[in-house]
Amino acid sequence: MMWQIFRDNFGLFMQGLGYTVGVSLLSLFFCLIIGTIFALLEINPKRWVRVIGKIYVEFFRNVPLLVITMFFYVVVPRLGVPLSGFAAGAIGLTIYTSAFIAETVRAGIQSVDPGQMEAARSNGLTYVQTMRFIILPQAIKIIVPPLGNQFINLVKNSSVLAFVAGFDLMYQGNLIASNTFETTTTYAIVGVLYLIITMPMSYAMTYLDHRWSGSVKEEE
Amino acid sequence: MRRLKKWLWLLPLLALSLLLTSCGSNSLAAESVLQRGKETNSITWGVKNDTRLFGLMDISDGEIKGFDIDIAKEVSRRVFGQNVKINFVPVTSQTRIPLLKNGNVDAIIATMTNTPDRRKVVDFSDTYFNAGQSILVKKGSKIKSVADLKAGTKVIGVQGSNSVQNIKKVAPDARVLQLSDYAQAFTALQSGQGDALTTDNGILYGMSADNPDYVVVGKTFTKEPYAIAVNKGQRDFLDQVNLALKSMRADGVYKQIEDKWFGNIAGFSDRSDK
Amino acid sequence: MGDFAGAYQWMNIRFLLEGLQVTLILSAVSIVFSFLIGAVFGLLRYMKIPGLSVIVGLIIDIIRNLPLLLILFFTYFGLPNIGIRLNALPAAIVAMTIFESMMLAEIFRGGIQAVDPGQMEAARSNGLSYGQAMYHIILPQAIKKMIPAIVSQLISLVKDTSLATIIVLPELMYHGQVLYGQNSNYMIPVFVALTVMYFVVCYALSLLSKYLDHRLAA
Repeated sequence: MMWQIFRDNFGLFMQGLGYTVGVSLLSLFFCLIIGTIFALLEINPKRWVRVIGKIYVEFFRNVPLLVITMFFYVVVPRLGVPLSGFAAGAIGLTIYTSAFIAETVRAGIQSVDPGQMEAARSNGLTYVQTMRFIILPQAIKIIVPPLGNQFINLVKNSSVLAFVAGFDLMYQGNLIASNTFETTTTYAIVGVLYLIITMPMSYAMTYLDHRWSGSVKEEE
Repeated sequence: MRRLKKWLWLLPLLALSLLLTSCGSNSLAAESVLQRGKETNSITWGVKNDTRLFGLMDISDGEIKGFDIDIAKEVSRRVFGQNVKINFVPVTSQTRIPLLKNGNVDAIIATMTNTPDRRKVVDFSDTYFNAGQSILVKKGSKIKSVADLKAGTKVIGVQGSNSVQNIKKVAPDARVLQLSDYAQAFTALQSGQGDALTTDNGILYGMSADNPDYVVVGKTFTKEPYAIAVNKGQRDFLDQVNLALKSMRADGVYKQIEDKWFGNIAGFSDRSDK
Repeated sequence: MGDFAGAYQWMNIRFLLEGLQVTLILSAVSIVFSFLIGAVFGLLRYMKIPGLSVIVGLIIDIIRNLPLLLILFFTYFGLPNIGIRLNALPAAIVAMTIFESMMLAEIFRGGIQAVDPGQMEAARSNGLSYGQAMYHIILPQAIKKMIPAIVSQLISLVKDTSLATIIVLPELMYHGQVLYGQNSNYMIPVFVALTVMYFVVCYALSLLSKYLDHRLAA
């Protein structure tokens, strides 16, 4: 039964899988850039810069992803910026997740001994140079495992595209379930396909975490 | 051992697949609706609550109102008596069949077309309303009928509705975007996510009546006989429902309900309710 | 699309507050259950009981790595297959609990593990039983470390309740969608109201976290 539904709808399942992986990678790319920028704002020596970073992070961490995504899907196009469901979903995911990534990156940077910043500055490096060559390389080791978890969250949260006709795995699953009337079986296949992406990632991150730091941290 | 560990993540996949495929069939939906309804003096209908004219939530009092709702109330009273307790569970086109099969609702009256595919999984009553599929566009749109839905156009529909199946046959080159319910679909049309919205004319007229900037264009291009759906094996209940529908038409109550909801809807005359 | 006066008439605000009420009930009940089940599962996985801990670990890993939306569909559409029929609210509670308790279980396990294992040995060699050592020595320290992660997860839980709109649960998001679905002039005001309502609830939770953090650190 399960096999037959999978075979009959193979193309749709694969298309969905492609969109899910695609939107997750696309969002991850922009999340890393935006997240790092806001993390740097949050630890900037100037108070008003820190406040900007803080507002962004606190705001988007406390509003549901679905609200943000629907806003870009139904409101923004009426303000004159046409956005497809996929685009609205990708933007929503990026904005939402980047707030979490900013926190992860900030925590990573702050866990590097602050004495190093002073030492580097007193040796004549600028603030930016110190960040780029001294602090960030060390912070990355601390940051990567929790970032991996953020990527897993991104893959799972990309199912929000189903609400905006974004052609992802969950959307295709909904269509197949309503066409075949085999709801449970269809969603079981969808579940297995999600696990194929997320499970190896999850175990890889646990492994890296053990190897690099020994402590297990978990953050959504 | 270490090499084995690498593949350990496959195990949960296997476990999950086994668990889910071993799920047995379900007994809740197999109980007799007629018998249980008489014992408990209640019935639960799956209805739309986002569809003007057929089933729409009234925000001022929280009640769902519409043609389907009134028909459901009348049928319930004729089958189970005047004092029967009538429950309405809001459904979408996507959730209604699973909820019926699972026994969350006893029957569906939710702008549902009787189709051969659906007859494989549920039983239908006689037709209680004749709709036909059409399209809704923004006033002044270049799209004048379904024939204009060519390559490069986007049509909005609703997941699990018959109309998305039909439109793929009639306008195979158009891209179909499926949303979760009619409120979302119409919102998406207003936000320019698609060039047209397709579903049955009754539903479209409901949208247009409230937002005159959007109009129904072209003739209906399918026949959509709406019927009440029940689970397989509920023949006795279905016979009672059909009797009730027949007597409603005979004594004029059906006509009253029809006039109440569709009497003032302009352009809604090409309906051949025979 | 920006009729604020019309959108914020009492009838509509009341409608949104009714939705908020369902959101809060769903959140509160799910938080309680998730917390209890999460603690048990986290401990079971940590304790490395032969066989059992592996199975518990697998369950945690499967559920943690699935989208909540999918688990919601399973509880609403799938559970009746094994004879459990749930209406929208209980189905949403079960789904939220299954998902969030497994997320919390990992936080609990991580927190316990992060407490120096030497302390357990020290406590045991001082004559405390495993249970006593866990309850009096390890858990109090672990909980202190875990609070930010736990609260962060609880905030996610509150936000995630909005997904239940897909099974037509009359929660805040759904009522918002009904409102702007019926009158497109209410769209922006409704989004503003939704954002404010969710933000207030979630931000209150994160303030609570900071407060607890201070209290326990002192």
